[in-house]
Amino acid sequence: MDDRFLLGGVEFGSRLILGTGGASSLQSLEQALLAGGTELVTVALRRIDPNTPAGLLDVLERCGVRLLPNTAGCYTAADAVRTAHLARDAFDTDWIKLEVIGDERTLLPDAVELLRAAERLVDDGFTVLPYTTDDPVLARRLADLGCAAVMPAGAPIGSGLGISNPHHIELIREAVRCPVILDAGIGTASDAARAMELGCDAVLLASAVTRAADPVAMAGAMRHAVVAGRLASQAGRIPVRRHALASTAAEGLPAW
Amino acid sequence: MITVVVNDTPRPTRRGETIADLLAVLDVPSRGVAVAVNGEVVRRADWPAHRLLDGDRVEVLTATQGG
Repeated sequence: MDDRFLLGGVEFGSRLILGTGGASSLQSLEQALLAGGTELVTVALRRIDPNTPAGLLDVLERCGVRLLPNTAGCYTAADAVRTAHLARDAFDTDWIKLEVIGDERTLLPDAVELLRAAERLVDDGFTVLPYTTDDPVLARRLADLGCAAVMPAGAPIGSGLGISNPHHIELIREAVRCPVILDAGIGTASDAARAMELGCDAVLLASAVTRAADPVAMAGAMRHAVVAGRLASQAGRIPVRRHALASTAAEGLPAW
Repeated sequence: MITVVVNDTPRPTRRGETIADLLAVLDVPSRGVAVAVNGEVVRRADWPAHRLLDGDRVEVLTATQGG
């Protein structure tokens, strides 16, 4: 089956995108990235700190992954645009995971600032991958602006709640032509499989792997879950019924 | 001497020092670094020529785990 995943004009073999936040060590991160088979990995920009272990970029280079810088921690369009330009200069990529947070408790996006930032960054030539709410209308607006994908939250970042509103994720899939990437909220493998079954093109997760008791095992689980969910979404599942439908024919049943 | 503020810390600096000079002293990694001065991004190609002025607020950022 030809089932290529094209994102921003680049073909990926894996539909699992991993975040690097939350890993307890670079060694554990490297093992998890390899176990997950991911080809696209997020990184953040923060003030240089002599106490932070160097070598993150070396790990990512060894893993052969493409970098997806984020604008995590930005609360305004202006901050996010500035951070995106800094990331472009630091990492030599015009890909950006655009996060414009509106609320500290939920870390959910600020729709107004997000649209402003997305418009500006698309104009500035970025490949914009916006982290958005599960609102199909906002997703369509982002896609119409020229974003390379839309990345709705299944649930708040790091919550592990899974997909709060599966119906909206399906509606987003119907509302836009660009890739839909479920971003945030995934807690375990079944959540990732569900996202793919709902029609998502890929899944982006971090905490579910990096904060699992065994990140390498969970990364492997996510790798299989994404593949399983994608296959299932393409396989044409049976309709849901209220009553049983025998799988063994009644014809030929002996009469006693 | 002038004073520039690097990541919120005041730093006595020679007059005429460039961003490239500053980064050499700070011993920053050779890649994955970005710089803003007074909120404006200064591209890597401009680091050797961009001279710092008294009171400049410099942000020096690098790759970190996230997202």
